[in-house]
Amino acid sequence: MRIETDAVVVGAGGAALWAALELAREGVPTAVLTKLYPTRSHTGAAQGGVCAALGNLEEDHWEWHMFDTVKGGDYLSDQDAAEVLAREAIERVVELEHMGLPFNRTPDGRIDQRRFGGHTRDFGEGPVKRSCFAADRTGHMILQTLYQQCIKAGVRFYDEYHVVDLVFEGGDAGDGGRAAGVVAYRIADGELHTFRAKAVLIATGGYGRAWRITSNAYTLAGDGMAMAYRRGVPLEDMEFYQFHPTGIYGIGILLSEAARGEGGYLTNRDGERFMERYAPRLMELAPRDMVSRAIYLEVRDGRGIGGRDYVHLDVSHLGRKVIEEKLPDITDFARIYLGVEPLKEPVPIQPTAHYAMGGIPTDLATRVIRDPEGTVVPGLFAAGEAACVSVHGANRLGTNSLVDLLVFGRRAGIGMAAYARGAAMPEVAPDADEPVRAEIEGLRGRRSGERPQAIRAELGLLMDANVGVFRDEALLSEAVRRIAELRDRYAAVAVQDAGTTFNTDLLETRELGYLLDCAEATAASALARKESRGAHSREDYPERDDAGWLAHTMAYRREGEQPELRYRPVTITRFGPKPRTY
Amino acid sequence: MQVDLRILRYDPERDDAPHWESYAVEAGPMDRVLNLLHAVKDTVDGTLTFRRSCAHGICGSDAMLINGRNRLACKVRVEQLGRRISVAPLGGMPVVKDLVVDMDGFFAKYRSVMPFLVNDAPASARESRQSQAERERFDDTTKCILCAACTTSCPSFWAQPSYVGPAAIVQAHRFIFDSRDTAADDRLEILADQDGVWRCRTTFNCVTACPREINVTGAILEVTRAIVARHG
Repeated sequence: MRIETDAVVVGAGGAALWAALELAREGVPTAVLTKLYPTRSHTGAAQGGVCAALGNLEEDHWEWHMFDTVKGGDYLSDQDAAEVLAREAIERVVELEHMGLPFNRTPDGRIDQRRFGGHTRDFGEGPVKRSCFAADRTGHMILQTLYQQCIKAGVRFYDEYHVVDLVFEGGDAGDGGRAAGVVAYRIADGELHTFRAKAVLIATGGYGRAWRITSNAYTLAGDGMAMAYRRGVPLEDMEFYQFHPTGIYGIGILLSEAARGEGGYLTNRDGERFMERYAPRLMELAPRDMVSRAIYLEVRDGRGIGGRDYVHLDVSHLGRKVIEEKLPDITDFARIYLGVEPLKEPVPIQPTAHYAMGGIPTDLATRVIRDPEGTVVPGLFAAGEAACVSVHGANRLGTNSLVDLLVFGRRAGIGMAAYARGAAMPEVAPDADEPVRAEIEGLRGRRSGERPQAIRAELGLLMDANVGVFRDEALLSEAVRRIAELRDRYAAVAVQDAGTTFNTDLLETRELGYLLDCAEATAASALARKESRGAHSREDYPERDDAGWLAHTMAYRREGEQPELRYRPVTITRFGPKPRTY
Repeated sequence: MQVDLRILRYDPERDDAPHWESYAVEAGPMDRVLNLLHAVKDTVDGTLTFRRSCAHGICGSDAMLINGRNRLACKVRVEQLGRRISVAPLGGMPVVKDLVVDMDGFFAKYRSVMPFLVNDAPASARESRQSQAERERFDDTTKCILCAACTTSCPSFWAQPSYVGPAAIVQAHRFIFDSRDTAADDRLEILADQDGVWRCRTTFNCVTACPREINVTGAILEVTRAIVARHG
C-alpha cells in the first residue's frame, strides 16, 4: 500500500509530537508513525523536570544555563546549539504551560522550580532552582500535553506502524540522495506501507536496551539511528553514553535526580556521604558522569553496601510531605520493585544505562548532516535523543533531554514545513519496499537456528561489563570483537512466529539488529578515543586531551568491516575549555 | 520457586477460539508477571504475544487480566499472586492475538471528550498564574496513563460497549476542573449523553483496577455532580 503526504514523523515522543504540532499549525499534511501508541513513548518516563531560567524562585539567566550545559558536557557541546537550547527553553516551557501542562506551583501561582545536578548560579558558584516540574512525572505530563494538543490540531497518527526502512531519491543518504519517505510495517497484520513524502523526521529516541542494566523501555532499540546508519548517515559521538547514577539495584529502573535535588543523600557502607570527596561544592548534585564514577569507585574500593556492588540513596530525612508531594512515583518504584520503604530506609541503587548523548548528526535547524563539512541530506531531519545537535557534548545534564526535545522538536517542525513548501514531491520507485520485504520474508521463513534472545542477553552483559562507566583498551577491543561475532550469529537467527498477525517475535528480532548496529558504532568510537571526557572514562587515558580530541566522532557503517571514523570540530563561541571541577 | 502460569492464548491464524495453556516457570518472589511472560516468550514459545514497553508502570502498555483483576504485568509481583497465576487479555475488547486487544475504540472514546486544554486568551510572554489549591483540584486525574484497566473492568462497559467509560471521563475531569480551561460546558454536554456518566453504577471496579491509584469513581461522581449543577 502506498500513501502520499508532505511530511512524515517517525516516533511519537516529545520531539516528534512538537514537530507534528508545528507542521499542523503550518497546514502541512503530515503522518506521524509510531510502533507504539503515542502515549506509550518513553518521554513519559522522564521524571524530575525541565530546566529553564525562569528565575521564579531565585535569580537565574539563560547564559548560566548555557554555561552549565557546556561545562556539564565537558566542553564537547557545540556552543551555538547550547545557546539555542538555553535561550529557547524559557519560551518553550511557558508555551507548554499555556498548552495546559500542570506544573507544580509556587505560593504566588508561578511555575515551581527545584535544583538539579550541574545546574548552577553565576557560572558554577552553587546550585540554582531551575528545574520546572510536575511532581516526579514531568515527562508524563509533557507527553500527555503534546499529544492532547496534537489531537486538538487534528494531527494524523498511524499507531502501531513500525517504520522499518528509510527511502531516498537519487541514491542513499550517504551518496547525495534526498529523503523520499519511509517503509512501515503495520503491526496488526504485517502489511508493508510505503509513505512517500518530501520531509522525514527521525525522532525515535535512544538505544539503552543494548545494555542489561538500563532505565530504558524494552522498545528503545535505536531504530532510527540504525536505519540512518545503514543508509550512509554517520552516527556522531556514540562513545558518549550516559549512565544515570541512581538506577534501582539489579533492575536499572530510574530513580530521578529530583530525589537529590530535593535534598536526598548518597551514602556508602560506612554511612558516609562520599560525594564530599569527589565534588565538595555540589556534592550529590554534581553531574551524572561524576556521580556514577564515584559510585563505581566506592564499590571497587569495597565501600559498597555490605561490600556489594551498590550504594544507598537516602531520602528518609526529607519527611512525608516532601516525598508525597514531590517524589510520589519514585518512592512507589522503590516499594514495588525492591520492597523498600523510602520514608524509613535507604534505597539500594547502582548506575544504569540511560541516555545517548550521540546520535544522528544535525545542524541547528535539525537537518541531518552526513560529513564533517556539514553537508545536508535534503529532506531528512532528526531531533530528540535520536539526534546529536550537539548540545549535550560528552555528558548531558539532568532535565536537558526534555529541554532538547522541546526546543529542537519545535525547530524540526518549523524546518520541515519550510522545506516541504519549497520542495517537489520526490520520485519513489514502485518496489521501494522490496529490500526490507525480502529481509522480513527471509527472517520469517528461517525457522531453524539460534533464537535472538540469547544474542540480546549476551549483548547486554557485554555492554555492561566492557562499555560501561569505566573503559580501557582491553575491554573495548574485546567489545568490538565480540559485537562482530554477535552480528555474525544474528545473520543466522531464527524466528519462531511465522504469522502476519501482531508478530512481535519478528519485530523484536529486527530490533536486535538495530541494537547491534548502535553497539558497534559505540564500541568502535570508544576504542578510538584515547582520552577521558564526560561520560567516556578511559582508565588508560584518564585525562581530557583538548589538543588531540576536542572533536566530534562521526562513525560510518562499512559492510563486513569496522566502522570508518572521521572527526568534526567543536563549535566554541563563549566558553573556552577549562578544568571541570564542581 | 516454580510458578504455574496459565495464559489464555489465541492466534486468529491458527485457532478457532481462545484456549488456556500452562507453563511451568521458575520465578522469584520479586519477579513481575512481565518477567514471567518474557521467560515464556524468550525460552519456550516465541509466538506468545503481548504489549510492553517501559516495564515500570508508566507507559500503560501491559494492562491485562491477572488472577481475575486488571493490572499492569510490570507492576505486580509473584509474591502478591502466589504459585498459580492466570493471565488473560483485557475484557470487553476484541482480541487481536493472545494478550493483545484492539485499543482503537478505547482511544476513539478518549478523543471524543475534548481531552485538551481550551483557552483562547491571547498568549502572554509568561506563564498564566494558578494557585496551588487550583492546581491540586485536578491533580489526581493527571496521573492517568490510558492503560484501559479501568474501562475494561467496568460491568457497565461490558454490558454497553458504547459507554464512553471511566478512562475517558477521568481525562475529561482533568480539564473540567482545571482553572485555566474554558470548555468545561462543552465536555459536560458530551458526558451528559446517554452513553456518558449516567451509565456508571458505582461498582468501584475501576478504582480497584487503576494502577495509578486514581479515585476513578470519585472523578466520575464529581463530573456527574457538575452536570446536575449545570442543569439545576
